[in-house]
Amino acid sequence: MPGTMPDTPDTPARADSPDSPDETTLTRRGMLMKVGILVNGVVAAAIGVPIVAYLLSSLSRGRGGKYLSWVPLGPVGQFPEGETRLATFRNPLVMPTDGKTVDTACWVRRVEGDTFQVFAVNCMHLGCPVRWFPQSGLFMCPCHGGAYYRDGERASGPPERGLFVYPSKVKDGILTIQAGQLPTPGGAAAVARG
Amino acid sequence: MRLMLARIGRWFDDRLQLARPIREAVEHPVPRKTASWFYVFGSAALVVFALQFVTGILLALVYVPSGAEAWSSLQALNNEVALGWFIRALHGWGSNFMVAIVLIHMVQVFLFGAFKFPRELTWIVGVFLLLMTLGMAFSGQVLRFDQDAYWGLGIGASIASRVPVIGPAAVELMLGGPIIAGATLSRFFALHVFVIPGLLIALVGLHLLMVLKLGINEWPMPGRVVRRATYLREYHALTKTDGAPFVPYAVWKDVFFAAAILLAVAACALVFGPFGPTGRPDPTIIQTTPKPDYFFLWLYALLSLLPPSLETPALLIGPVVVIGLLILLPFLSGEGEKSWRRRPIAVVTVLLVAVVLGTFTRMAEVAPWSPHMNAWSGDPIPDRMLKGSTALGRQGALVFQVKQCRNCHALGGTGGQRGPALDDVAVRLTQDQLIRQVIQGGGNMPAYGKNLSPAETTALVAFLMTLHPHGQAPARDAAQAEFVNKGPSAAPASASR
Repeated sequence: MPGTMPDTPDTPARADSPDSPDETTLTRRGMLMKVGILVNGVVAAAIGVPIVAYLLSSLSRGRGGKYLSWVPLGPVGQFPEGETRLATFRNPLVMPTDGKTVDTACWVRRVEGDTFQVFAVNCMHLGCPVRWFPQSGLFMCPCHGGAYYRDGERASGPPERGLFVYPSKVKDGILTIQAGQLPTPGGAAAVARG
Repeated sequence: MRLMLARIGRWFDDRLQLARPIREAVEHPVPRKTASWFYVFGSAALVVFALQFVTGILLALVYVPSGAEAWSSLQALNNEVALGWFIRALHGWGSNFMVAIVLIHMVQVFLFGAFKFPRELTWIVGVFLLLMTLGMAFSGQVLRFDQDAYWGLGIGASIASRVPVIGPAAVELMLGGPIIAGATLSRFFALHVFVIPGLLIALVGLHLLMVLKLGINEWPMPGRVVRRATYLREYHALTKTDGAPFVPYAVWKDVFFAAAILLAVAACALVFGPFGPTGRPDPTIIQTTPKPDYFFLWLYALLSLLPPSLETPALLIGPVVVIGLLILLPFLSGEGEKSWRRRPIAVVTVLLVAVVLGTFTRMAEVAPWSPHMNAWSGDPIPDRMLKGSTALGRQGALVFQVKQCRNCHALGGTGGQRGPALDDVAVRLTQDQLIRQVIQGGGNMPAYGKNLSPAETTALVAFLMTLHPHGQAPARDAAQAEFVNKGPSAAPASASR
């Protein structure tokens, strides 16, 4: 094996090179460099646009209309008048890897006849699931002690607002609600609060 | 044989040319006094990071990042894969140790003034490393896709939704769709396994490079003041006159401490086992009390104790202020005394932050603000409180029991702590005040006017009026004393034991 290799390869000293004139003159190399950067910029934009569009594809843009649709909760007979019962529904948008997470719970209060209030289980403080206590007539949250009255209005604790109410209607004796988006305190879905 | 190895080594080094820079790096002179047990936390964090890296890869051999299968694959790791539980436990406990060691390292660097000139950028990179460590902790908790993870994501989404203007969009980006589902887990998997670790490795490299280039912070001496004009010369002189090569002079303490930490992680893993998973991530199961992992408990408590009107501003502005202050610190205090003996405000700040975080963490463990969700059926009214009571008082005790007042109020030491204990409420509130409090609510109490018939309210207040210590009269309104003595509503007051 020949001895040790040189520490650095031989390179011509740039300052002395005849190719490096002062900054004002346009050289062939300088021009090609600039064109090269430009071409790369165009290619980066061409690839970047679909990448950004892919990253942002989960945005519903606007009032959440893209995700919302009407889902049935069951025949109205399931819900006795004057009572509040837990119901479950499947989220309208289902992806193959979702598993059980698309099954959602909601609280159905049948005020009287076909008048319903359907509440999200999510506390309007931080989204924990509230539970209904018929004896005291309150929804209570296990996380930070938020409480709501039977009509969903805020009763006490840290929440700033009442429970989220799904738009609901009775059609052919079936209670249906407009759902499909996680209700959050500042969320787009909350705009539709009835 | 030795000769052969030496020749092979030389062959590689002729091409890599790394031997000399590596030798220079490990043997660079450090001030003798930095060979201290106080200086071992940075290397310990690096060692635990390596452990997390290896155990993380091992877990990825079995774990399935799918909303439908993640939970079952964790069960398989716990119960079916040989020693899967141990690797999970190592990774989980490693995470706890990592957060703790990074925080200790930061406190030590802060108290020893190591963030001052010329190590400002090292500190700033360290701040980002801390944020990424916390990001790893949160995203790791999500990958343990159980009930706590599911509702924890809900909490994250609720916080994100409160950002003005972009809040709803931020939620959809975070969740990868309209709800917490498979896509949410997948993107947290990408963050936890690719994005944040990649950034961590790059920034850890930068952090270490700067430690090598700028030298380990000298032991701070009271009175030895940092000045931009003279510091570099002084430090260089110190390593010359009172320096020693890092390897082996200082490094042996790092080696021993790293071993001790790894042993501690392994011992915790062996004794306490893996974390969870808790219940299946099924949003239709609402009988759950979600709680975050240990290092986020303080935040859980803070979110309960802040007044509602302050919460959103505090949540959105607080982190910006804290991170901003941490980044600005070396510019606000880039020169001057390094020794904590001459920096009382620094010491008080550390103590204050530690006490506040410790108190909040402790409070979150007790969670006195949460109603006892099953108190109504579990705990009868203590017998002694019913002794000698009137029929009306007993009826009131029944109302108290049935209307679940004890979800929030304790009697005889059992019940919720959301509201005050009522053992001697009659001393604090007059009959009228009790009636008003029950019907209208107030403070943190919901109004029960719509939920109690007048007869129930009368009975309940009659019972509450009996709750005062023996021999101490219940409170009464002096202005109405005469009326109370004559009027029909005097009956409950006279029902005292």
